[in-house]
Amino acid sequence: MIKKLKLVAAAAALLAVTGVAKAEDFKPAIIFDMGGKFDKSFNEAGYNGAEAFKKETGIEYMEFEVTQVSQREQAMKRMARKDASIIVAMGFAQANAVEKAAKANPDKKFTIIDMVVDLPNVQSIIFKEHEGSFLVGMAAAMKSQTGKVGFIGGMDIPLIRKFALGYEEGAKYANKDVEVFQNMTGTTPAAWNDPTKGGELAKSQFDRGADVVFAAAGGTGTGVYQAAKDNGKFAIGVDSNQNYLHPGTMLTSMTKRVDVAVQEAFMSAKDGTWQPGIKVLGLKEEGVGFAVDEHNKDLITPEMTAKLEQARADIIAGKIKVTDYMSK
Amino acid sequence: MSDTSVKFGSPAKVPAWVNLVLVPLVNLLAAFLLSGVVILIIGDNPLQAMEVLIYGAFGYEEALGYTLYYTTNFIFTGLAVAIAFHCGLFNIGAEGQAMIGGLGVGLVALYLDVLPFALVVPIAILAAALFGGFWAAVPAYLQAKRGSHIVITTIMFNFIAASVLTYLLVEVLIAPGGQSPESREFAEHTWLPFFHNFLPLPETPLNISFIFALLLCVGFYYLMWHTRWGYEIRVTGQNETAAKYAGISPARNIILAMIISGALAGFVGVNEILGVHHRLILEFTGGFGFVGIAVALMGRNHPVGIFLAALLFGALYQGGSELAFEMKNINREMVIVIQGLIILFSGALEHMFRPTIENFFKKRSSSAAVEA
Repeated sequence: MIKKLKLVAAAAALLAVTGVAKAEDFKPAIIFDMGGKFDKSFNEAGYNGAEAFKKETGIEYMEFEVTQVSQREQAMKRMARKDASIIVAMGFAQANAVEKAAKANPDKKFTIIDMVVDLPNVQSIIFKEHEGSFLVGMAAAMKSQTGKVGFIGGMDIPLIRKFALGYEEGAKYANKDVEVFQNMTGTTPAAWNDPTKGGELAKSQFDRGADVVFAAAGGTGTGVYQAAKDNGKFAIGVDSNQNYLHPGTMLTSMTKRVDVAVQEAFMSAKDGTWQPGIKVLGLKEEGVGFAVDEHNKDLITPEMTAKLEQARADIIAGKIKVTDYMSK
Repeated sequence: MSDTSVKFGSPAKVPAWVNLVLVPLVNLLAAFLLSGVVILIIGDNPLQAMEVLIYGAFGYEEALGYTLYYTTNFIFTGLAVAIAFHCGLFNIGAEGQAMIGGLGVGLVALYLDVLPFALVVPIAILAAALFGGFWAAVPAYLQAKRGSHIVITTIMFNFIAASVLTYLLVEVLIAPGGQSPESREFAEHTWLPFFHNFLPLPETPLNISFIFALLLCVGFYYLMWHTRWGYEIRVTGQNETAAKYAGISPARNIILAMIISGALAGFVGVNEILGVHHRLILEFTGGFGFVGIAVALMGRNHPVGIFLAALLFGALYQGGSELAFEMKNINREMVIVIQGLIILFSGALEHMFRPTIENFFKKRSSSAAVEA
C-alpha cells in the first residue's frame, strides 16, 4: 500500500514539472465528520475541494471519516504523527478536537471549517450563511405567487437557525407582508439524512400555501426538491449548486463554497502563504452566494436579478444589515 | 464417564468448554473468514488487514488505551442489557438511558462544581445511576403494570432521550457564545483522572471508569448469583408463573431489574462525559447501547463473558478505525461491515454451528460411555 502511494506520489512529482521536491514532502490531510464524505452536501464539498487540489497538483492527501466522537482527536493526532503538512477539519463539531490537537502539536498547521478556534497555529474559516440566505429569501419572496414561502432545516442547531433567520429577513425585505413557514426535520443527526420526512414537511408547507421552499438540511433536501417537483412548486438548494437536480423547479441554490475553502487551505499551505487566524467568507469574498446557471436562468427574471444584485451590493456596502443568529 | 451419562433417554453431556469457548471461537472464525473474503473482493490483502486490525487494537500502548476505553463503555452497556435478559426483558433502550445518565453527570458537574473532587465525583456517579435508572423505570412500569411491550417502549424512549438532550443543549445548557450544541467545559477538578495522569502511558481517553467497570462486573456476579434479589430476578426471567407461585412479585422484579439496567447504562455517561469530553455534548453515546446487546448475547449474560466480549468489540472499534486509517480501500462503511458480520455470527447465527458441534461431542461421549 505504502509502496503504491509512493509510486503515485513519484509519478505525480514527475508530471508536475515544478516543485518536484515539494510534491514528495507536502502531505495534506482532511478529516471528515460524522456525515461521511459522500453526504451530497457539506462534507462532500470538502471532498470535492481536496480532489480538485489533487487533480491540480497531483499530490495525494490523507483522509479519515469520523464515526465516534473520540475519533476526532485521535485522527488529528495520528495525522500529525504521520507528519501531515496541514490538517483540515470539516465542521463545527471538530472544534474541541482541533483545539486539543493543535495545542499538542504547536508546529503543525490546522484549518477548521465552520467554527472558530483561537490558537496561533489554527486557521478558522467561517461563512456568512445569513447573507446568502438573505438573498435566496428575497428570491423566494419575489417568485412566490401566494405570498407564502417555506424553510426546512435539518437538525435543529444554531447554525441552521442562522440560515433560517437570514432567509426570513430576506423574504421580508423583498415583501414585507410575506409569510414564512419554518420546520426543522429533527433534533438528532439523523435529521441530516431523512429525505422522506423532508418531503413530508415540504408537502405540508405547500398545503399551507407556500410555493417556494428553501431546504438547508443536507441529504434531507433531496426529498424536499423531489416534493417540489412533484407538486409543481419551487425549491432552493443549499451548500453546493443543486440546480441541476430538477431543472425547472429548482429556483436557485444558496452556495457555500466549502470546496474552494478546502482547496485554498491546501494550496496556501503548499505555497507557504497559509495564515492562521479567522477567515470570514461572505458575499464580498464570494464565499456565499446564489447560483444562476443554464438550469434556472429562465426562472429568475431580469427584474429579480436587478433587485438581488442591488441587495448584494447593499449588504457588502453595509447598507443592509442581516442579523446573524449566532451573535444575536 | 459417570453412570448418569449412560442412562437411557437422558441427554448426553457436552463438555462445558465446548459451550463457553469452542462455539464462540468457531463463530468468530467464521465471521473473520467471511470478512476476509469481502476484503479480498474489494482488492486488499485480508491477512494484512487482520494484522493491521490486531496491531491497531493491541500493538502499542496508545492503541491499547483506546481499546480499553471502548471496552469500558461496552462493559457498562453489556451488563445493562444482561441484567434485563436475566429478567426475561429485552432492553433496547440502553442508548437512551446512557444519554440521560450522561445528562445527570453533566448537570452535577456543571452546577455542583463548587464541591471538591471527593464529593462531586460520587454525586455525579450517583446521578448517572439515578437518571439512567429513572429513564428505564418508566418503560419498566409500563411493562409490569400496563403490559406495554418493553421492546417498543424502550426504543421510543431512545428517541425521547435524544430529543430531550438536544433541546437542553440547544436551548438551555449551550455554552454562552458557543455555536455547536455543547455545554461549557467542566471545572478541571471534576474530571476523572486519566490513566496517563498516574501511569507512564501516552495520552488516551482511558480513565478510571475502566476500573469502576471491572468492579461492577464483580458486583454484577455477586448480585445475580449470591443475593436474593438476583435470585428473584432470575426466577422471574425464567418463569413468571413459577415466580408468582413462589411468592415472588414479577412486577416488582421487572421494575427492579430495569432500574439497575438503566443505572448501568447511565454509567456510559460517567466514562464519556466526566472521563473523556469534560463537557456535555450530543452523540456521546455513539451506538454503545446497541452494541451492548451483542456484547450481552456473546458474553452469555455472565460478567466474565461480557468482559471478554466487550474487549473484543473494543478491539474491533479501535482496530477498525486503524484499518480505515491504514488501508486505502477500507473505508468506514467497510469497517461496519466487518463489525456487522461478527455481530451476525456471534449473535444472530449463534445456533448455526452449535448443533453440529454439540452432536459431535455427544456422539463422542456416548460412544466413550458404551466402550466403558
